[in-house]
Amino acid sequence: METNLHHMNHDMEERLWGYIDGTAAAAEKTVIEKLLATDAAWKEKYSELLEVNQLLQASEMEAPSMRFSKNVMEEISKYHIAPATKSYINKKIIWGLSFFFIATIVGFLIYGVGQTDWNTGESSAIADKLNKIDFSQFFNNTLVNAFMVLNIILGLFLLDAYLANKRKQYRNEA
Amino acid sequence: MSTGLNDNEIISKVLNGDHQAYAGLVNRYQNYVFTLVLRMVRNREDAEEVAQDIFIKAYRSLADFRGASKFSTWLYTIVNTSCITFLRKKRLDTHSLDDDKVMEAADSQDSGFRANLVEQKSKQAMVSNAINLLNPDDAEIITLFYKAEQTLEEIARVLRIEVNTAKVRLHRARTRLKEKMETHFAAEVKDIYN
Repeated sequence: METNLHHMNHDMEERLWGYIDGTAAAAEKTVIEKLLATDAAWKEKYSELLEVNQLLQASEMEAPSMRFSKNVMEEISKYHIAPATKSYINKKIIWGLSFFFIATIVGFLIYGVGQTDWNTGESSAIADKLNKIDFSQFFNNTLVNAFMVLNIILGLFLLDAYLANKRKQYRNEA
Repeated sequence: MSTGLNDNEIISKVLNGDHQAYAGLVNRYQNYVFTLVLRMVRNREDAEEVAQDIFIKAYRSLADFRGASKFSTWLYTIVNTSCITFLRKKRLDTHSLDDDKVMEAADSQDSGFRANLVEQKSKQAMVSNAINLLNPDDAEIITLFYKAEQTLEEIARVLRIEVNTAKVRLHRARTRLKEKMETHFAAEVKDIYN
């Protein structure tokens, strides 16, 4: 009984806040207006919430000390505005890194597929077809190793380019 | 001074080299930032230090403000991250809606706020003190809605939540505020309702 009353009260407050904030739909607004005109409990709750709303609207913000603005301006005189993030992020480097990681993942996947023994388990039409392909002629350990080494070298090149760019930027700022 | 200019005009001036124009933004938003920070860190000295740091960070990153949102919305993201960093450094719990510890911490400050209330017996002081008794999440959403004049959509965007969630959180915060006022300032509330 008490829980039901609490729920009803909660629901009433929620609907009334929607009405006060102006977020209630037109149909809901009409229903609430009718309830306010006929139901004393709704009217009383509405007055209470309206009072809280007005108090909140009228409440003032906290103010820092009188010297606050002056302190900030003194502090910022020691700093420079940093260039926009967009201007120092080199898209080529981002694309390069993406390519490196995607190539690595693809390399591992190909290697994984190459190592799979397709003869185990139940055979399917796809497995049968795959079995007929002689992967060893396209793919062997030496090729995979060479591919991975190439990726690592490419990765180191990208890292070097990125660090060189950073160093240059740092020097320019200094 | 750049008081007659809007935020974007002041920002353009600052970015074009008129650094003193930034004072216009500081004056305009110092109370907003300070109030939000104070409600999170709950200490005036710390709040002032963090607020100052926020304006410096905002100044340094001003080139990143593209005007896609209100300056106050952009500034709020810096307020939020700075407060969380500060609270983490201080090893304080960074709050959650139902965090009992935060609620206890807020309640423990009750005596101080009540003493303050004796000095400034006014409705506004009561509301302000009641807000200070709320947990930081509740105080934050009330401040954003009523003081920063952010719409529910803007609040949802800065808090990275759904609009409906923002609506529910605001509703819960106001309910809890009302309860705090009725519990801690019963006599004053009675005067207001009657």
